[in-house]
Amino acid sequence: MFASPGELKRKHVLGMNSRNIEYIARYNPRHLYPLVDDKLKTKVSAQKAGIAVPQLLAVIKSQWQLRDLENIIGQWQKFVIKPTRGSGGKGIVVITGRDAASYVKPNGTQLDLPAIRRHISNILSGLYSLGGKPDSVMFESLIEYDAVFNDFTYEGVPDLRIIVFKGFPVMAMLRCSTHASDGRANLHQGAIGVGIDMATGQSLFAVQHDKPVSRHPDTGRLFSELVIPQWKSILELAAGCFEMTGLGYIGCDIVLDKHQGPVILELNARPGLAIQLASGRGLIDRLRLVENLAIEMLELPVDERVRLCQSWYQEI
Amino acid sequence: MSPRLQVYFLGLTFILLGMGLVIYKSQVLGLPITPGAYQTVWTIEAKVEFEANGAEVKASLALPKTQSNLDVLDEVFSSSGYGFSVEKEDGHQRAVWSKREVEGKQTLYYKLDVHHHAEQALASTLELSTDIVKPDWTGARFAALRSSSANLIDQSWKSSADRSTFVTQLLKALNDSKNADSRLILNTLSDTSHVKVALSLLSMADIPGHIVRGLYLEDDRSRIAPSTLLEVFDGDRWLVFSPKTGIKGLPNDFLIWQRGDKSLIDVEGGRRSRVRFSTLANNVPTREVALQQMGGEQATLIDYSIYSLPIEQQSIFKFILLVPVGALIVIFIRVVIGIRTAGTFMPVLLAIAFVQTSLLSGVLIFLLILAVGLWVRSYLSRLDLLLVSRIAAVVVIVVGLMSAISIVSYKLGVEQALTITFFPLIIIAWTIEHMAILWEDDGPMEVIIQTTGSLLVASFCYLAMTSRYVEHGMFNFPELLLVSLGLIIILGHYTGYRVSELIRFRHMGT
Repeated sequence: MFASPGELKRKHVLGMNSRNIEYIARYNPRHLYPLVDDKLKTKVSAQKAGIAVPQLLAVIKSQWQLRDLENIIGQWQKFVIKPTRGSGGKGIVVITGRDAASYVKPNGTQLDLPAIRRHISNILSGLYSLGGKPDSVMFESLIEYDAVFNDFTYEGVPDLRIIVFKGFPVMAMLRCSTHASDGRANLHQGAIGVGIDMATGQSLFAVQHDKPVSRHPDTGRLFSELVIPQWKSILELAAGCFEMTGLGYIGCDIVLDKHQGPVILELNARPGLAIQLASGRGLIDRLRLVENLAIEMLELPVDERVRLCQSWYQEI
Repeated sequence: MSPRLQVYFLGLTFILLGMGLVIYKSQVLGLPITPGAYQTVWTIEAKVEFEANGAEVKASLALPKTQSNLDVLDEVFSSSGYGFSVEKEDGHQRAVWSKREVEGKQTLYYKLDVHHHAEQALASTLELSTDIVKPDWTGARFAALRSSSANLIDQSWKSSADRSTFVTQLLKALNDSKNADSRLILNTLSDTSHVKVALSLLSMADIPGHIVRGLYLEDDRSRIAPSTLLEVFDGDRWLVFSPKTGIKGLPNDFLIWQRGDKSLIDVEGGRRSRVRFSTLANNVPTREVALQQMGGEQATLIDYSIYSLPIEQQSIFKFILLVPVGALIVIFIRVVIGIRTAGTFMPVLLAIAFVQTSLLSGVLIFLLILAVGLWVRSYLSRLDLLLVSRIAAVVVIVVGLMSAISIVSYKLGVEQALTITFFPLIIIAWTIEHMAILWEDDGPMEVIIQTTGSLLVASFCYLAMTSRYVEHGMFNFPELLLVSLGLIIILGHYTGYRVSELIRFRHMGT
């Protein structure tokens, strides 16, 4: 039932308190938070830095714009509604198609225009934002994920979560949605976390609800068959987020788009700890490795850093 | 200094400072740490009565203040139209009332609250005279008296070993109605009081002694005359004897008012004077006794404490001072245990409400409001309302629910539910909103987990906040705020695993 603290320590498992005090508080300066907490700002600065992001379709900032909602979204077939300050995937609605006047979600349920308007109104009122502050809504083009992920996910886009510490990618997992997670890639809602070998992009391990699984519960596909393509460029994309944000400890959410290649979906200044469960190993030893690096090593360009990481993790 | 060191330094400083103040207040100022200790405070009223002769009057009453077996907590002198002063002579204190022209029956009052401690009764602070004044029993008139007393003394001497046993034997013999000698002595000296006779006999035997005046403390007695005991010097210390029985030792419930041969009451210009006492016992928490003893002189610390506030504000502070205890528990549970709650400090507010309603009815009322609130909110969500107005609507509905619960339960005779007004209704409205979203996003399971978590934490806070020890401690030792601040700071730097993580990561690497 319980693991002993000593056992977790031996396995280098990072705890929530330690994460908050020794990593987030120490390496993430507060004034840089708005850049990642506001997805709109993230998107703008990512585009400036030449980092690929999903295309922004429209933004709604106040309630009165809802009268025009039909004009704004009426022409689109596929899109994503996001609160710009939401966290943990809350408030995100994915529309994959149209059925007459209705909008169809990945699981087939239909939303009519008033339902969408109500949802957007809630977002604007700050229902999903940190601290309940008034929020704005952004519409993004729907990612069409790479065919390699077929059958590894169900009714949703699989996204990669990569922890980047001081510019060095330290751990990665693929989050695959399931029927139980309602097409969302949130682990606590029942999505599957697949640990990825940092050196090769090969899958290591998969967990659902913190317990190991070997096959996708909805499709039956074996996770051991999964290898992420373009792995090196994905890692480089993630590592580059350090320069873009200045935050020392971040979680980068990356999607492999069929047309665009790897794109940054969002950044998280307080990435969760579930990645350790999916990888079957703790974070602390890898974080220590980076912490103990000589200063000039930290100045290395992105591709050098990624190569360095990959060489480390082959041995570890 | 690294932040980590600073945190521990600051936290430990606060804790040590707070604990130091607590120890100072409890050890030096005598405030009890536990609430259990109660002490009896006696309210004693001395009533001086006399008949004035019609001219100037000066009445004086010996005061017990210098006695070591009592602490005077409060005293009141009352006497209309009299001049009043307290005079000191040879370490004694006397209250002196005076007036120019008085006639008829007069009554003067002296009321005091004392804390009586029998154990230090004879730790004398007075210079008691050990001179022996022999009675003037010369001449033929007293020949029989002389021989009888010599007999009595002789008999007692033979049947005793030392002064103490001698005194006992002598007093016993004097009280023995079959003893011819003692009958003769008492008959001859029938206008002298019994104690005085005993003192005379003792002086004949060259033993110094004097009268001890005081009263037996019994609850709710009035118009009792002062009692007298006999105090005898045995060579190096004073011993107390009962003149009636000869038993040695001071009775536990005897409050010494005056030692020595000075009169208890003197009235110049009056006659038929007498003192009567009435006694009343009050059980008072020890801290109040301690507070009154200090009388605001040395205790700046107490003077600037919550006790200096009006009673009404004190009772509000009683609550406010409990909030940090709840906060400390919430932090401990979140940081060390890792229980998920709806809203960080919502459980503390709930616990405050529970203190008013009692735990079980509080939990039931909360669940009822939450359930109905969620149900109503699920309808409201279909009306396309703005978030703010939806929450405001939920507030109104919560208020309505609370009134309904109050009225219905009052009609049913369940008065407890009336205290429902203490529920933090805005917080509850937000909680309902939060839970509704949680239900939509993460399913009813998460709602149940967070509700249970919140109630669990609220119950812990409730148990701590209703503990007599915690309440007493926080109210009497607000320095504990420093201690809890120190603990909170140190807990804020706890980087170890949470108990919930020990469960969450139990499959790690297996």
